[in-house]
Amino acid sequence: MDFSILGAEILIALLGLAVLVLGLSLPGKAQKYVNGLALTGLGLVLIYLIISFSKGANLFNGVYQIDLYGNYFKILFLSAGILVMLMAGTYIKRFEEKSSEFYGLMILATLGMMLMVSAGEFITLYVGLELMTISFYILTAYLKSDKLSGEAGLKYLILGAVSSAILLFGISLVYASLGTTNFIEIGASFTSSSAVIAGVVMIIAGFAFKVSVVPFHMWTPDIYQGAPIPVTTYLSVGSKAAGFAALVRVFMVAVDVSDPVFNWSLLLAVLAAVTIIIGNLIALSQKDIKRLLAYSSIAQAGYILVGVTAANSFGLKGVLFYALIYVFANVGAFAVATAVEVDTGRTDIEAFAGLSKRSPLLAAIMTICMLSLAGIPPMAGFAGKFYLFAGAIQSGYLWLALIGLIMSMVSVYYYLGVSKAMYIGENSYEAPLSLGSGSTVALWVCVLATILLGVYPGPLSELAGAAIQILL
Amino acid sequence: MNEIPVLTIALLVPLLGAAIIMGLPATQDKWIKGTAATSTLVSLILSIAVLLAYDRAAGGMQFVETIPWIKDLGVNYALGVDGISIPMLLLTNLIGFSSIYASWNIADRVKEFFALLLILIAGVMGTFITTDLFIFFLFYEVVVIPIYLLVIMFGSTKRVSKEYAGMKLTIYLLIGSAFLLAGLIALFIQAQAISGVPSMDMAFLATLEYSTSFQIIVFAFMAFGFGTLLSMFPFHAWSPDGYAGAPTAVSMIHAGVLKKIGGYGLIRIALTILPAGAAVIAPIIAVLALGNIVYAAYICLSQKDLKYIVGYSSVSHMGYVLVGIAALNLISINGAVIMMFAHGVMAALFFAMIGNLYEKSHTRNIEDFGGLAHQMPKLTAGFMIAGLASLGLPGMVNFIGEFTIFVGAFGTYRVITILAISGIVFTALYVLRALGRMLFGPRNEKWDHLQDLKGVEMVPLVVLGLAIFMGGFLPFTLMDLITNGVRDLIAQIGMLQIGGLL
Repeated sequence: MDFSILGAEILIALLGLAVLVLGLSLPGKAQKYVNGLALTGLGLVLIYLIISFSKGANLFNGVYQIDLYGNYFKILFLSAGILVMLMAGTYIKRFEEKSSEFYGLMILATLGMMLMVSAGEFITLYVGLELMTISFYILTAYLKSDKLSGEAGLKYLILGAVSSAILLFGISLVYASLGTTNFIEIGASFTSSSAVIAGVVMIIAGFAFKVSVVPFHMWTPDIYQGAPIPVTTYLSVGSKAAGFAALVRVFMVAVDVSDPVFNWSLLLAVLAAVTIIIGNLIALSQKDIKRLLAYSSIAQAGYILVGVTAANSFGLKGVLFYALIYVFANVGAFAVATAVEVDTGRTDIEAFAGLSKRSPLLAAIMTICMLSLAGIPPMAGFAGKFYLFAGAIQSGYLWLALIGLIMSMVSVYYYLGVSKAMYIGENSYEAPLSLGSGSTVALWVCVLATILLGVYPGPLSELAGAAIQILL
Repeated sequence: MNEIPVLTIALLVPLLGAAIIMGLPATQDKWIKGTAATSTLVSLILSIAVLLAYDRAAGGMQFVETIPWIKDLGVNYALGVDGISIPMLLLTNLIGFSSIYASWNIADRVKEFFALLLILIAGVMGTFITTDLFIFFLFYEVVVIPIYLLVIMFGSTKRVSKEYAGMKLTIYLLIGSAFLLAGLIALFIQAQAISGVPSMDMAFLATLEYSTSFQIIVFAFMAFGFGTLLSMFPFHAWSPDGYAGAPTAVSMIHAGVLKKIGGYGLIRIALTILPAGAAVIAPIIAVLALGNIVYAAYICLSQKDLKYIVGYSSVSHMGYVLVGIAALNLISINGAVIMMFAHGVMAALFFAMIGNLYEKSHTRNIEDFGGLAHQMPKLTAGFMIAGLASLGLPGMVNFIGEFTIFVGAFGTYRVITILAISGIVFTALYVLRALGRMLFGPRNEKWDHLQDLKGVEMVPLVVLGLAIFMGGFLPFTLMDLITNGVRDLIAQIGMLQIGGLL
């Protein structure tokens, strides 16, 4: 067998283990080399993936699928991972002697995501999901001396375990009825018996938890607030994208969407609408940047779910497009939040007051990223939303698109609230913020990608269009 | 594509200016202002050149540029101007250029101010010169955020706080644009279903046949979106508060041109692509327009703050534009376009004068003033030109606009037109009352320290005043052009018969 097809996964696994082992065995001062190794390693794998982007294979009788779709998301996870590690540079001092394990766990979480998106059947999917989630349980509680962090870790563990159980129960119901866990085989013999319907509903619930779709979103604000910011960032961009990637594959391959007995797409449409409305409305009253971004990320999950609901070329293209540009916008916003937290020790929006005078560039980047999240052109978020809602309208969900559009305009209120603080607020801090070189690079990448992909989205949308061919 | 891409240059120069300003050190006030003035001057000269070089005999879209942009959405970076867009382009640059000079005395955060202002001007210009729906919408929303930042950073807090004013403005316009965007996407999807190819080209979309029920729904969405921007009654509440809170330059651009995107969009997009929908919804618009004209004029009578008077009066004047559009014939739409131009220069001049006076006296309350003509004769002249234009005095371009609209609309909506004409009486009442109270009468010693307009402060008065008189005395300079554009458009949708006046 040609192992180079699995090269990326194998290398990432080795890299993660190497970083963990070296971090334990090397003396304290050599730790930073381990961190460098982690970053370089991820960067090399990313290049490897880009080179072998068009490779495809069906491994182990359909258990593991290498295709454009999977490769697109793997590139997304690696880019997100690298950006998060770069921006974590200044924050990492809080981890004291434990920074290399942080990198190791991040890499293992990335591996879990990669397994999820390539899984061709439920068990593999589940293993990938657990690898990712368990890494995140630890990462969430990484600030040992911080009570909030510990509380967040425990909450995430308990709620995550429950959701995994629901997901597993759903999978077992489907397996019991249809006799297989392979997506393609399930798709071929899909019948809407009540057991299968119950099973798929539970599977949806399990995924909905991971991507924080209402009503399974309760954990999100507390955990986003308690976890160290880099972890929150990766949780919001990586874990969410992985959840959606797997959900889309399950839905497009295994579930008969146009099933006459049970209107799956209406179910998703209602979930999406509720998520968009509740996420945005609660975000309106948030005073803490992490909680604000948590509710905003719930709303964003709703937008992406609109694309899954549409299940057509525009909608799926939108899912892929949006998942990527969401990485840039969210990492950019969180990177600024990190810089502010490192400097002031606060995460409330008041701490951003006067930022435009202290560091005009940071304020501008924060505004641009926020506007991208709100979907205001010429930022990338607009093009992404255009695809998502065009898909919805094409599938006959004009009402859903209208709700989405109106709520994204409402969301401008809270996103601009941060800008307002930055541009006309005042507080006692005056010195310019200091940024590590890693954060600076990450910020520039995020802001340039956000603007470029917004102004000229053509190439990326073609790439996304090629990646979804396999699902249509 | 061997010709010089004039429109692209005109569009990019302000953006380039903004980029240069961002790179300049914040202390270099002179250079920053100079860059801003130069880049808007270039755009102004280019748009005058376009006006002169446009081949009126040939008509249609000229100075066309097309670059494929997003394939799967059929989006092209497509620019082009015709008889309707040229006056708007010219208006944008006249006001953009003047607004730089109207803000010459800004001293704090100069860099941010002029960079944002230039982005705003470029955004507005973009909407008028593109022929692609997607690019149109892109520019349409690009302008919202610079405005918000400009209002909260440089606005003034009087009756409502500037934060409130900025947010109200932003959210109103964005909610309107949500409906507009939903309509646009629905149109795009439907067109793709009919023709089989994705396209965002306005002219191509207009050639397709949509079912009447579809047209009605989408037209309603668009009318709501564009109507909000045009401050159509009852969606006008953002306009007076927004203008009152905004800094002078933003009030000028907003009332002067940005609002006109609403009218322009209604004509260029909604009407052209969805004529059957227009035929059904137009009477509703005409009735709402009456709300603008009469209701807003009533409110004006009781206002004391100058900016609120001009704010409500601009709501009232937009009613005329809406009546013109709703009557759906060549003459009335002609009148609507010329009225948009006329109101643009007039409102911008008004706001420039108010801004100047406020800067010096720190009040906008008309009752605080009296006999200003003694101390500030030039400013008084500016106020009088704007005021008389506002009430439609012959010899000013506004008269041409109003007259044409009434002539065109009378055949379609007799009662509404007669009621609308009565609005002119109210306009005369509130304008003359306010200006008389402020400018004339015995000298008020309290204001002896005020300096009259001098130096660069004269630029808005000269540029905009000239435009008002040029349009008034030589209406054919613009009128022919506009007739050209509107005739093309109406021929395209085969409405010449519906109009019945030609």
